[in-house]
Amino acid sequence: MFELLGVPPQVLMGQLLIGLINGSFYAVLSLGLAVIFGLLNIINFAHGAQYMMGAFVAWMLLNYAGIGYWPALILSPLIVGAIGIALERTMIARLYKLDHLYGLLLTFGLALIIQGIFRNYYGVSGLPYQIPGTLQGGQNLGFMFLPNYRGWVIVASLIVCFGTWFMIEKTRLGAYLRAATENPELVGAFGINVPRMITLTYGFGVGLAAFAGVLAAPIYSVNPNMGADLIIVVFAVVVIGGMGSIMGAILTGFGLGIIEGLTRVFYPEGSAVVIFVIMAIVLMIKPEGLFGKSA
Amino acid sequence: MSVTDNTPGTQPAARPPMPRSVGMPMHHKIIFAVLLAALIVLPFLVYPVFAMKVMCFALFACAFNLLLGFGGLLSFGHAAYFGMASYVAAHCAKVWGLTPELAILAGTAVAAALGLVIGALAIRRQGIYFAMVTLAFAQMVYFFALQAGFTGGEDGIQSVPRNDLFGLIPMRSNRALYWVVLFITFGGILALYRITHSPFGQVLKAIRENEPRAVSLGYRVNRYKLIVFVLSAAFAGLAGATKSQVFQLASLTDVHWTMSGEVVLMTLLGGMGTVFGPIVGAAVVVTMQNYLAYLGAWVTVIQGIIFVVGVLLFREGIVGVLSKWLRKPL
Repeated sequence: MFELLGVPPQVLMGQLLIGLINGSFYAVLSLGLAVIFGLLNIINFAHGAQYMMGAFVAWMLLNYAGIGYWPALILSPLIVGAIGIALERTMIARLYKLDHLYGLLLTFGLALIIQGIFRNYYGVSGLPYQIPGTLQGGQNLGFMFLPNYRGWVIVASLIVCFGTWFMIEKTRLGAYLRAATENPELVGAFGINVPRMITLTYGFGVGLAAFAGVLAAPIYSVNPNMGADLIIVVFAVVVIGGMGSIMGAILTGFGLGIIEGLTRVFYPEGSAVVIFVIMAIVLMIKPEGLFGKSA
Repeated sequence: MSVTDNTPGTQPAARPPMPRSVGMPMHHKIIFAVLLAALIVLPFLVYPVFAMKVMCFALFACAFNLLLGFGGLLSFGHAAYFGMASYVAAHCAKVWGLTPELAILAGTAVAAALGLVIGALAIRRQGIYFAMVTLAFAQMVYFFALQAGFTGGEDGIQSVPRNDLFGLIPMRSNRALYWVVLFITFGGILALYRITHSPFGQVLKAIRENEPRAVSLGYRVNRYKLIVFVLSAAFAGLAGATKSQVFQLASLTDVHWTMSGEVVLMTLLGGMGTVFGPIVGAAVVVTMQNYLAYLGAWVTVIQGIIFVVGVLLFREGIVGVLSKWLRKPL
């Protein structure tokens, strides 16, 4: 077997795979943030908490109602999305006329509440969630061993990402959304219910976070703090990519995941901070982000 | 972020004009005097360490308020300066045996330098992005503190000695340290007051209210933003370094993002952009944490609820409401 810079290919491929998995979560989460930001102009600080809720709802469905992974993959985003819609209607909608930073502070408060409640009832040790039976085992690809479930996470993320991209960029509904992002008053004047669209968009973005949470549940243990640190990395991803484009969010997410994985091979000490370092470099060279419009 | 809503077309609420005379308005002098008197009596009434904790956090919140309330910049990563200064001061006192004033100065200097680096990058983005960038860099500092050798990782730097002040005055008793902490924090808050009420502070307000106009008037906006960022980081560092002397401990709690959130909470609760709001907010939040500690994770929930209620119903904060009531800027 060949060796690359003294690194056995199994190690390299293994870390690349982990990087690709992390990149899937970065992509789905930053996509949700970008969709929400586009229409609501707020940064959803509760995104990490909603990702965690997605995993927890899947766990609850299994343990309290006996509902397995596949239904949970649909149900959990719907439930968490509905909760998100309720939050948008009762609280976030009151802030649209204020400085955007209030939206950040409000959703930060919501994140603290959600995380605090789950920590009270479930502790911080983490709860196990089994890989569904159909996806157990793995494939020997000759140069590495690919666990089926991990392959599925990457495929599912890609499907969801490109589905979202297709919906926003290529369909009529997406055209309304993009128009409302540019000029909500004008779109409203054409008889389109913009406030409802905003509400559903928030619900959709939150649902994306919950979907990522369900995907993550069998890989990482289900833990009240699982979203808290992840969301900060996703913020950095969003700053690097810029929130101007859907495709930009997807590419940046996957790309940074892979870079992080490679860093873990060649310079393990730097893997926790490599994304932040890239953020610093991007801020120096292209402050509006790789795919961002100058704002 | 301005205290007033930025709905286009609405005028900011009429405020009484600032007194033109140089120096502090009378009612501010009175409040500061009463505050000082209360702080002199306080160690005889409550546990001095608790009082010192409140004072350190009051200075931290005031430093943060300089940036948010007067500069209009929401930093979500102020724990980085607070925590890093706390580590450096603790290291200086424990490993190098420096006297407290030198340890605290060293911590403050490191916080200022860190603020210079992060600030120079962060001011390249505005608004929400600025908040995210500062948060991300603070997380980077957190990982550094987790991995670097001198910080002690998960254990932190424990049992930091309280060396003699100037090498002469013993600081081992809490009472003795209290007067030093009082001097530092009260002096720091007065210095911050002086900064916000200087011509520099007026330019900051102009930038906060209307940045393009400030640019067109010929102000180098980014330079002002950077200076206020560094000042804010330095005072936050002063607070953190002092805290490490009080508790004889520097730990990951001080650099974690929850600490950044707490200082935002204190400022929001007390009143952004007010002089005394952050002090009140710090006192309320620290007292709450102290008396509700037995509730465990519910404290986080309560803090979240205060955030939500504060943002939805109570954006002026405690002192902001009082100030409206009394029709005097507080």
